[in-house]
Amino acid sequence: MQTLTQRLANPTRFMAFSRAILPWLAAASVLLIAYAMYLVFFVAPPDYQQGETVKIMYIHVPSAWLALGGYAIIAMSSFGLLVFRHPLADVSAKAAAPIGAAFTLAALITGSLWGKPMWGTYWVWDARLTSVLMLFFLYLGLIALRSSLEDEALASKLTAVLALVGVSVLPIIKFSVDWWNTLHQPSTGFTSTVDASMRTPLLISAAGFLLLFIALHLKAMQNEIMRRRVKAMRVAEVERGDRLMSAGAE
Amino acid sequence: MSGFLALLRRDLMLAVREGAALGTALGFYLVVVAMLPLGLGPDLKLLSRIAPGVLWIALLLAALLSLPRMFEADHEDGSLEVMATAPLPLELAVAAKALAHWISTGIPLALMAPVLGLMLNLELSLTPVLVATMLAGTPAVSFLGSIGAALTLKARRGGLLLALLVLPLYVPTLIFGISTIGFASVGQDGFSASLLVLMAVSVASIALAPVAAAAALRLQVS
Repeated sequence: MQTLTQRLANPTRFMAFSRAILPWLAAASVLLIAYAMYLVFFVAPPDYQQGETVKIMYIHVPSAWLALGGYAIIAMSSFGLLVFRHPLADVSAKAAAPIGAAFTLAALITGSLWGKPMWGTYWVWDARLTSVLMLFFLYLGLIALRSSLEDEALASKLTAVLALVGVSVLPIIKFSVDWWNTLHQPSTGFTSTVDASMRTPLLISAAGFLLLFIALHLKAMQNEIMRRRVKAMRVAEVERGDRLMSAGAE
Repeated sequence: MSGFLALLRRDLMLAVREGAALGTALGFYLVVVAMLPLGLGPDLKLLSRIAPGVLWIALLLAALLSLPRMFEADHEDGSLEVMATAPLPLELAVAAKALAHWISTGIPLALMAPVLGLMLNLELSLTPVLVATMLAGTPAVSFLGSIGAALTLKARRGGLLLALLVLPLYVPTLIFGISTIGFASVGQDGFSASLLVLMAVSVASIALAPVAAAAALRLQVS
Protein backbone atom coordinates (compact mmCIF):
# COMPACT_ATOMS: atom_id res chain seq x y z
CA MET A 1 0.00 0.00 0.00
CA GLN A 2 1.62 3.21 -1.13
CA THR A 3 0.88 6.60 0.32
CA LEU A 4 -0.16 9.43 -1.96
CA THR A 5 3.27 11.08 -1.78
CA GLN A 6 4.93 7.83 -2.75
CA ARG A 7 2.67 7.28 -5.72
CA LEU A 8 3.18 10.84 -6.93
CA ALA A 9 6.96 10.48 -6.74
CA ASN A 10 6.91 9.59 -10.42
CA PRO A 11 6.93 12.96 -12.21
CA THR A 12 4.84 11.66 -15.10
CA ARG A 13 2.16 10.43 -12.73
CA PHE A 14 2.36 13.71 -10.85
CA MET A 15 1.87 15.65 -14.07
CA ALA A 16 -1.22 13.61 -15.00
CA PHE A 17 -2.67 13.91 -11.50
CA SER A 18 -2.03 17.64 -11.19
CA ARG A 19 -3.33 18.32 -14.70
CA ALA A 20 -6.54 16.56 -13.78
CA ILE A 21 -7.21 18.45 -10.56
CA LEU A 22 -5.71 21.85 -11.37
CA PRO A 23 -8.71 23.28 -13.28
CA TRP A 24 -11.09 22.25 -10.50
CA LEU A 25 -8.83 23.77 -7.85
CA ALA A 26 -8.47 27.01 -9.76
CA ALA A 27 -12.23 27.27 -10.39
CA ALA A 28 -13.07 26.46 -6.76
CA SER A 29 -10.57 29.03 -5.57
CA VAL A 30 -11.99 31.76 -7.82
CA LEU A 31 -15.54 30.95 -6.76
CA LEU A 32 -14.69 30.90 -3.06
CA ILE A 33 -12.75 34.15 -3.18
CA ALA A 34 -15.53 35.80 -5.22
CA TYR A 35 -18.15 34.60 -2.74
CA ALA A 36 -16.01 35.75 0.18
CA MET A 37 -15.60 39.19 -1.41
CA TYR A 38 -19.37 39.40 -1.93
CA LEU A 39 -19.89 38.58 1.75
CA VAL A 40 -17.19 41.03 2.77
CA PHE A 41 -18.49 43.99 0.82
CA PHE A 42 -22.25 43.47 0.99
CA VAL A 43 -23.03 41.31 4.00
CA ALA A 44 -20.38 41.57 6.71
CA PRO A 45 -20.93 44.55 9.02
CA PRO A 46 -18.27 47.21 9.45
CA ASP A 47 -16.47 46.89 12.74
CA TYR A 48 -17.85 49.08 15.53
CA GLN A 49 -14.40 50.47 16.19
CA GLN A 50 -12.52 50.15 12.96
CA GLY A 51 -15.29 50.92 10.47
CA GLU A 52 -14.87 49.78 6.90
CA THR A 53 -11.10 49.44 7.11
CA VAL A 54 -11.57 46.13 8.92
CA LYS A 55 -12.24 44.64 5.48
CA ILE A 56 -8.54 44.61 4.80
CA MET A 57 -8.50 41.79 7.33
CA TYR A 58 -10.18 39.40 4.91
CA ILE A 59 -7.12 39.55 2.66
CA HIS A 60 -4.52 40.29 5.28
CA VAL A 61 -5.17 37.38 7.63
CA PRO A 62 -5.28 34.63 4.96
CA SER A 63 -2.08 36.06 3.44
CA ALA A 64 -0.34 35.93 6.79
CA TRP A 65 -1.46 32.34 7.34
CA LEU A 66 -0.24 31.33 3.91
CA ALA A 67 3.06 33.14 4.45
CA LEU A 68 3.70 30.70 7.29
CA GLY A 69 2.07 27.80 5.44
CA GLY A 70 4.36 28.37 2.48
CA TYR A 71 7.39 28.17 4.72
CA ALA A 72 6.02 24.97 6.27
CA ILE A 73 5.75 23.45 2.78
CA ILE A 74 9.33 24.46 1.99
CA ALA A 75 10.57 23.06 5.29
CA MET A 76 8.74 19.75 4.83
CA SER A 77 9.92 19.47 1.23
CA SER A 78 13.48 20.21 2.31
CA PHE A 79 13.25 17.50 4.92
CA GLY A 80 11.84 15.16 2.28
CA LEU A 81 14.73 16.00 -0.03
CA LEU A 82 17.53 15.58 2.49
CA VAL A 83 16.17 12.56 4.34
CA PHE A 84 14.03 10.59 1.88
CA ARG A 85 15.47 11.95 -1.37
CA HIS A 86 11.97 12.27 -2.71
CA PRO A 87 12.34 13.22 -6.39
CA LEU A 88 9.66 15.90 -6.31
CA ALA A 89 10.62 17.42 -2.96
CA ASP A 90 13.04 19.90 -4.48
CA VAL A 91 10.58 20.83 -7.21
CA SER A 92 8.04 21.54 -4.49
CA ALA A 93 10.46 23.57 -2.36
CA LYS A 94 11.64 25.62 -5.32
CA ALA A 95 8.09 26.26 -6.56
CA ALA A 96 6.80 27.28 -3.12
CA ALA A 97 9.48 29.88 -2.36
CA PRO A 98 8.37 32.74 -4.64
CA ILE A 99 4.70 32.07 -3.88
CA GLY A 100 5.30 32.11 -0.14
CA ALA A 101 7.40 35.25 -0.50
CA ALA A 102 4.59 36.90 -2.46
CA PHE A 103 2.02 36.08 0.23
CA THR A 104 4.42 37.34 2.90
CA LEU A 105 4.83 40.58 1.00
CA ALA A 106 1.04 40.80 0.58
CA ALA A 107 0.61 40.33 4.33
CA LEU A 108 3.18 43.06 5.02
CA ILE A 109 1.67 45.51 2.54
CA THR A 110 -1.97 44.98 3.53
CA GLY A 111 -0.87 45.10 7.16
CA SER A 112 0.79 48.43 6.74
CA LEU A 113 -2.17 49.81 4.78
CA TRP A 114 -4.36 48.67 7.65
CA GLY A 115 -1.94 50.05 10.21
CA LYS A 116 -2.11 53.60 8.84
CA PRO A 117 -5.79 54.27 9.75
CA MET A 118 -5.69 52.09 12.89
CA TRP A 119 -2.40 52.94 14.54
CA GLY A 120 -1.65 56.17 12.67
CA THR A 121 1.50 54.78 11.12
CA TYR A 122 2.45 52.43 8.32
CA TRP A 123 4.98 50.54 10.36
CA VAL A 124 5.48 49.71 14.01
CA TRP A 125 8.39 47.68 15.36
CA ASP A 126 5.93 45.36 16.95
CA ALA A 127 6.65 41.70 17.56
CA ARG A 128 4.38 40.31 14.91
CA LEU A 129 5.39 42.75 12.17
CA THR A 130 9.07 42.31 12.78
CA SER A 131 8.93 38.54 12.76
CA VAL A 132 6.98 38.55 9.48
CA LEU A 133 9.60 40.88 8.01
CA MET A 134 12.30 38.43 9.07
CA LEU A 135 10.28 35.63 7.46
CA PHE A 136 10.31 37.67 4.25
CA PHE A 137 14.10 38.02 4.49
CA LEU A 138 14.37 34.27 4.98
CA TYR A 139 12.35 33.71 1.80
CA LEU A 140 14.61 36.14 -0.07
CA GLY A 141 17.65 34.31 1.29
CA LEU A 142 16.32 30.97 0.04
CA ILE A 143 15.65 32.36 -3.44
CA ALA A 144 18.98 34.21 -3.59
CA LEU A 145 21.04 31.24 -2.41
CA ARG A 146 19.47 28.98 -4.99
CA SER A 147 20.01 31.41 -7.82
CA SER A 148 23.64 32.05 -6.90
CA LEU A 149 24.80 28.48 -7.42
CA GLU A 150 25.54 27.07 -10.87
CA ASP A 151 25.12 23.43 -9.92
CA GLU A 152 21.38 22.80 -9.59
CA ALA A 153 21.61 19.63 -7.53
CA LEU A 154 23.95 21.32 -5.08
CA ALA A 155 21.79 24.45 -5.00
CA SER A 156 18.72 22.45 -4.06
CA LYS A 157 20.45 20.65 -1.19
CA LEU A 158 22.11 23.76 0.23
CA THR A 159 18.81 25.64 0.03
CA ALA A 160 17.18 22.76 1.90
CA VAL A 161 19.79 23.05 4.67
CA LEU A 162 19.09 26.78 4.95
CA ALA A 163 15.32 26.16 5.01
CA LEU A 164 15.71 23.76 7.93
CA VAL A 165 17.98 26.18 9.79
CA GLY A 166 15.26 28.80 9.30
CA VAL A 167 12.69 26.54 10.93
CA SER A 168 14.63 26.51 14.18
CA VAL A 169 15.23 30.22 14.04
CA LEU A 170 11.74 31.47 13.15
CA PRO A 171 10.14 30.74 16.54
CA ILE A 172 13.13 32.30 18.29
CA ILE A 173 12.75 35.44 16.20
CA LYS A 174 9.03 35.51 16.91
CA PHE A 175 9.37 35.12 20.65
CA SER A 176 12.51 37.17 21.12
CA VAL A 177 10.80 40.12 19.52
CA ASP A 178 7.86 39.51 21.83
CA TRP A 179 10.06 39.63 24.92
CA TRP A 180 12.00 42.55 23.57
CA ASN A 181 8.96 44.68 22.93
CA THR A 182 7.16 44.04 26.19
CA LEU A 183 9.82 46.39 27.56
CA HIS A 184 8.86 49.33 25.47
CA GLN A 185 5.20 49.16 24.55
CA PRO A 186 2.16 47.00 25.14
CA SER A 187 1.17 44.48 22.50
CA THR A 188 -0.82 46.01 19.70
CA GLY A 189 -2.55 42.75 18.78
CA PHE A 190 -6.35 42.65 18.79
CA THR A 191 -7.63 40.03 21.15
CA SER A 192 -11.41 40.45 21.03
CA THR A 193 -13.24 37.34 19.90
CA VAL A 194 -14.54 37.56 16.39
CA ASP A 195 -18.27 37.45 15.74
CA ALA A 196 -19.71 34.84 13.35
CA SER A 197 -20.84 37.54 10.89
CA MET A 198 -17.16 38.32 10.33
CA ARG A 199 -15.68 34.92 11.01
CA THR A 200 -17.60 33.12 8.27
CA PRO A 201 -16.42 35.42 5.45
CA LEU A 202 -12.92 35.23 6.87
CA LEU A 203 -12.94 31.44 6.82
CA ILE A 204 -14.37 31.33 3.30
CA SER A 205 -11.80 33.83 2.14
CA ALA A 206 -9.03 31.83 3.82
CA ALA A 207 -10.25 28.63 2.15
CA GLY A 208 -10.27 30.41 -1.23
CA PHE A 209 -6.75 31.72 -0.74
CA LEU A 210 -5.58 28.30 0.42
CA LEU A 211 -6.89 26.73 -2.79
CA LEU A 212 -5.28 29.55 -4.75
CA PHE A 213 -1.98 28.79 -3.06
CA ILE A 214 -2.25 25.07 -3.83
CA ALA A 215 -3.23 25.76 -7.45
CA LEU A 216 -0.30 28.18 -7.92
CA HIS A 217 2.03 25.73 -6.25
CA LEU A 218 0.95 22.83 -8.46
CA LYS A 219 1.23 25.00 -11.57
CA ALA A 220 4.69 26.21 -10.57
CA MET A 221 5.74 22.61 -9.92
CA GLN A 222 4.50 21.62 -13.39
CA ASN A 223 6.47 24.47 -14.93
CA GLU A 224 9.58 23.45 -13.02
CA ILE A 225 9.26 19.82 -14.14
CA MET A 226 8.79 20.98 -17.76
CA ARG A 227 11.81 23.26 -17.46
CA ARG A 228 13.93 20.39 -16.22
CA ARG A 229 12.72 18.16 -19.04
CA VAL A 230 13.55 20.79 -21.62
CA LYS A 231 16.97 21.18 -20.10
CA ALA A 232 17.55 17.41 -20.11
CA MET A 233 16.44 17.23 -23.75
CA ARG A 234 18.81 20.04 -24.71
CA VAL A 235 21.69 18.29 -23.03
CA ALA A 236 20.79 15.02 -24.78
CA GLU A 237 20.60 16.84 -28.12
CA VAL A 238 24.01 18.42 -27.67
CA GLU A 239 25.48 15.05 -26.75
CA ARG A 240 23.91 13.44 -29.84
CA GLY A 241 25.30 16.25 -31.95
CA ASP A 242 28.75 15.61 -30.50
CA ARG A 243 28.47 11.93 -31.35
CA LEU A 244 27.42 12.67 -34.93
CA MET A 245 30.30 15.10 -35.29
CA SER A 246 32.84 12.59 -34.08
CA ALA A 247 31.27 9.88 -36.26
CA GLY A 248 31.50 12.17 -39.30
CA ALA A 249 35.14 12.92 -38.58
CA GLU A 250 36.11 9.27 -38.72
CA MET B 1 40.05 16.02 21.02
CA SER B 2 43.70 16.52 20.08
CA GLY B 3 42.61 17.04 16.48
CA PHE B 4 40.18 19.70 17.62
CA LEU B 5 42.86 21.53 19.57
CA ALA B 6 45.38 21.22 16.76
CA LEU B 7 42.92 22.71 14.30
CA LEU B 8 42.06 25.48 16.73
CA ARG B 9 45.73 26.29 17.24
CA ARG B 10 46.42 26.24 13.54
CA ASP B 11 43.56 28.64 12.78
CA LEU B 12 44.55 30.98 15.58
CA MET B 13 48.14 31.02 14.40
CA LEU B 14 47.00 31.74 10.87
CA ALA B 15 44.86 34.59 12.15
CA VAL B 16 47.73 36.06 14.14
CA ARG B 17 50.32 35.71 11.38
CA GLU B 18 48.06 37.01 8.63
CA GLY B 19 46.86 39.78 10.90
CA ALA B 20 45.30 41.68 8.05
CA ALA B 21 41.85 40.14 8.53
CA LEU B 22 41.60 41.22 12.15
CA GLY B 23 42.98 44.65 11.31
CA THR B 24 40.35 45.07 8.62
CA ALA B 25 37.54 44.11 10.95
CA LEU B 26 38.70 46.45 13.70
CA GLY B 27 39.28 49.25 11.21
CA PHE B 28 35.83 48.73 9.73
CA TYR B 29 34.32 48.86 13.20
CA LEU B 30 36.08 52.13 13.94
CA VAL B 31 35.13 53.69 10.61
CA VAL B 32 31.43 52.78 10.83
CA VAL B 33 31.14 54.13 14.36
CA ALA B 34 33.05 57.28 13.39
CA MET B 35 30.77 57.87 10.39
CA LEU B 36 27.65 57.82 12.54
CA PRO B 37 28.11 61.12 14.40
CA LEU B 38 28.94 62.67 11.03
CA GLY B 39 25.64 61.44 9.68
CA LEU B 40 23.49 62.13 12.74
CA GLY B 41 25.07 65.31 14.01
CA PRO B 42 27.27 65.67 17.09
CA ASP B 43 24.45 65.87 19.68
CA LEU B 44 26.03 64.06 22.64
CA LYS B 45 22.71 63.24 24.32
CA LEU B 46 21.40 61.54 21.21
CA LEU B 47 24.67 59.71 20.68
CA SER B 48 24.79 58.38 24.22
CA ARG B 49 21.21 57.14 23.90
CA ILE B 50 21.82 55.23 20.67
CA ALA B 51 25.39 54.15 21.49
CA PRO B 52 24.60 50.55 22.59
CA GLY B 53 22.59 49.85 19.44
CA VAL B 54 25.15 51.46 17.17
CA LEU B 55 28.03 49.58 18.76
CA TRP B 56 26.21 46.27 18.52
CA ILE B 57 25.10 46.70 14.90
CA ALA B 58 28.53 47.89 13.80
CA LEU B 59 30.06 44.88 15.56
CA LEU B 60 27.75 42.53 13.68
CA LEU B 61 28.69 44.15 10.38
CA ALA B 62 32.39 44.01 11.16
CA ALA B 63 32.17 40.34 12.14
CA LEU B 64 30.18 39.65 8.98
CA LEU B 65 33.02 41.05 6.93
CA SER B 66 35.43 38.40 8.15
CA LEU B 67 33.05 35.43 7.83
CA PRO B 68 33.56 34.52 4.15
CA ARG B 69 37.21 33.72 4.90
CA MET B 70 36.26 31.06 7.44
CA PHE B 71 36.30 28.18 4.94
CA GLU B 72 37.44 29.87 1.73
CA ALA B 73 41.20 29.45 2.04
CA ASP B 74 40.88 25.84 3.21
CA HIS B 75 38.58 25.15 0.30
CA GLU B 76 40.98 26.66 -2.20
CA ASP B 77 44.06 24.74 -1.09
CA GLY B 78 42.19 21.47 -0.56
CA SER B 79 42.62 21.18 3.20
CA LEU B 80 38.85 21.30 3.62
CA GLU B 81 38.60 17.97 1.81
CA VAL B 82 41.21 16.53 4.12
CA MET B 83 39.16 17.74 7.09
CA ALA B 84 36.03 16.15 5.62
CA THR B 85 37.74 12.77 5.39
CA ALA B 86 39.76 13.03 8.61
CA PRO B 87 38.88 10.92 11.68
CA LEU B 88 37.81 14.09 13.47
CA PRO B 89 34.10 14.58 12.72
CA LEU B 90 33.54 17.51 10.38
CA GLU B 91 31.13 18.97 12.93
CA LEU B 92 33.99 19.32 15.41
CA ALA B 93 36.30 20.73 12.74
CA VAL B 94 33.67 23.39 12.00
CA ALA B 95 33.32 24.08 15.71
CA ALA B 96 37.10 24.54 16.01
CA LYS B 97 37.12 26.99 13.11
CA ALA B 98 34.16 28.92 14.47
CA LEU B 99 35.77 29.02 17.91
CA ALA B 100 38.97 30.32 16.34
CA HIS B 101 36.91 32.97 14.56
CA TRP B 102 35.36 34.00 17.86
CA ILE B 103 38.70 34.24 19.63
CA SER B 104 40.42 36.06 16.77
CA THR B 105 37.56 38.39 15.76
CA GLY B 106 34.68 38.38 18.25
CA ILE B 107 36.75 38.99 21.39
CA PRO B 108 38.94 41.77 19.91
CA LEU B 109 35.85 43.54 18.56
CA ALA B 110 34.14 43.28 21.94
CA LEU B 111 37.24 44.62 23.69
CA MET B 112 37.46 47.54 21.28
CA ALA B 113 33.85 48.55 21.97
CA PRO B 114 34.58 50.54 25.20
CA VAL B 115 36.94 52.84 23.31
CA LEU B 116 34.30 53.48 20.68
CA GLY B 117 31.76 53.86 23.49
CA LEU B 118 33.82 56.81 24.75
CA MET B 119 33.59 58.41 21.32
CA LEU B 120 29.81 58.02 21.43
CA ASN B 121 29.51 59.37 24.98
CA LEU B 122 28.25 56.04 26.32
CA GLU B 123 27.70 56.20 30.08
CA LEU B 124 30.79 54.83 31.76
CA SER B 125 28.76 52.67 34.14
CA LEU B 126 27.29 50.86 31.12
CA THR B 127 30.64 49.99 29.56
CA PRO B 128 31.20 46.77 31.55
CA VAL B 129 27.65 45.66 30.72
CA LEU B 130 28.21 46.41 27.05
CA VAL B 131 31.37 44.33 26.96
CA ALA B 132 29.70 41.54 28.95
CA THR B 133 26.81 41.32 26.45
CA MET B 134 29.25 41.32 23.56
CA LEU B 135 31.40 38.58 25.06
CA ALA B 136 28.26 36.56 25.78
CA GLY B 137 26.72 37.19 22.36
CA THR B 138 29.62 37.01 19.93
CA PRO B 139 29.95 33.18 20.11
CA ALA B 140 26.51 33.06 18.48
CA VAL B 141 27.78 35.51 15.86
CA SER B 142 30.70 33.25 14.96
CA PHE B 143 28.83 29.94 15.11
CA LEU B 144 25.69 31.09 13.26
CA GLY B 145 28.01 32.81 10.83
CA SER B 146 29.70 29.49 10.11
CA ILE B 147 26.39 28.26 8.65
CA GLY B 148 26.30 31.20 6.27
CA ALA B 149 29.97 30.82 5.39
CA ALA B 150 29.47 27.12 4.65
CA LEU B 151 26.35 27.69 2.54
CA THR B 152 27.92 30.40 0.39
CA LEU B 153 31.25 28.65 -0.13
CA LYS B 154 30.64 28.08 -3.82
CA ALA B 155 28.09 30.81 -4.43
CA ARG B 156 28.61 33.73 -6.77
CA ARG B 157 28.75 37.08 -4.95
CA GLY B 158 29.07 35.00 -1.79
CA GLY B 159 29.88 37.89 0.53
CA LEU B 160 26.74 39.85 -0.24
CA LEU B 161 24.60 36.74 -0.08
CA LEU B 162 26.16 35.82 3.26
CA ALA B 163 24.86 39.06 4.77
CA LEU B 164 21.33 38.37 3.57
CA LEU B 165 21.39 34.81 4.93
CA VAL B 166 23.02 35.48 8.27
CA LEU B 167 21.57 38.79 9.46
CA PRO B 168 18.09 37.33 10.14
CA LEU B 169 19.81 34.66 12.23
CA TYR B 170 21.45 37.40 14.29
CA VAL B 171 18.15 39.00 15.30
CA PRO B 172 17.79 37.19 18.67
CA THR B 173 21.41 37.93 19.60
CA LEU B 174 21.02 41.60 18.76
CA ILE B 175 17.71 41.92 20.58
CA PHE B 176 18.89 40.30 23.78
CA GLY B 177 22.23 42.10 23.65
CA ILE B 178 20.43 45.44 23.48
CA SER B 179 17.71 44.56 25.98
CA THR B 180 20.31 43.49 28.56
CA ILE B 181 21.96 46.90 28.30
CA GLY B 182 18.50 48.52 28.40
CA PHE B 183 17.67 46.74 31.67
CA ALA B 184 21.02 47.71 33.15
CA SER B 185 20.69 51.37 32.15
CA VAL B 186 17.44 51.80 34.10
CA GLY B 187 18.73 49.69 36.97
CA GLN B 188 15.89 47.21 36.58
CA ASP B 189 15.88 43.56 37.57
CA GLY B 190 15.77 41.24 34.63
CA PHE B 191 19.22 42.33 33.66
CA SER B 192 20.74 39.01 34.64
CA ALA B 193 17.82 37.02 33.20
CA SER B 194 18.25 38.78 29.87
CA LEU B 195 21.99 38.14 29.92
CA LEU B 196 21.30 34.46 30.63
CA VAL B 197 18.97 34.24 27.63
CA LEU B 198 21.68 35.82 25.51
CA MET B 199 24.11 33.16 26.70
CA ALA B 200 21.49 30.51 25.99
CA VAL B 201 21.26 31.73 22.41
CA SER B 202 25.04 31.41 22.16
CA VAL B 203 25.12 27.95 23.71
CA ALA B 204 22.34 26.75 21.41
CA SER B 205 24.22 28.09 18.37
CA ILE B 206 27.42 26.40 19.52
CA ALA B 207 25.55 23.12 19.80
CA LEU B 208 23.49 23.27 16.61
CA ALA B 209 25.26 25.46 14.07
CA PRO B 210 28.22 23.09 13.46
CA VAL B 211 25.74 20.35 12.48
CA ALA B 212 24.12 22.53 9.82
CA ALA B 213 27.42 24.00 8.64
CA ALA B 214 29.06 20.57 8.40
CA ALA B 215 26.08 19.25 6.43
CA ALA B 216 26.43 22.15 4.00
CA LEU B 217 30.19 21.61 3.67
CA ARG B 218 29.84 17.86 3.08
CA LEU B 219 27.53 18.52 0.15
CA GLN B 220 30.20 20.69 -1.46
CA VAL B 221 33.48 18.89 -0.91
CA SER B 222 32.51 15.27 -1.59
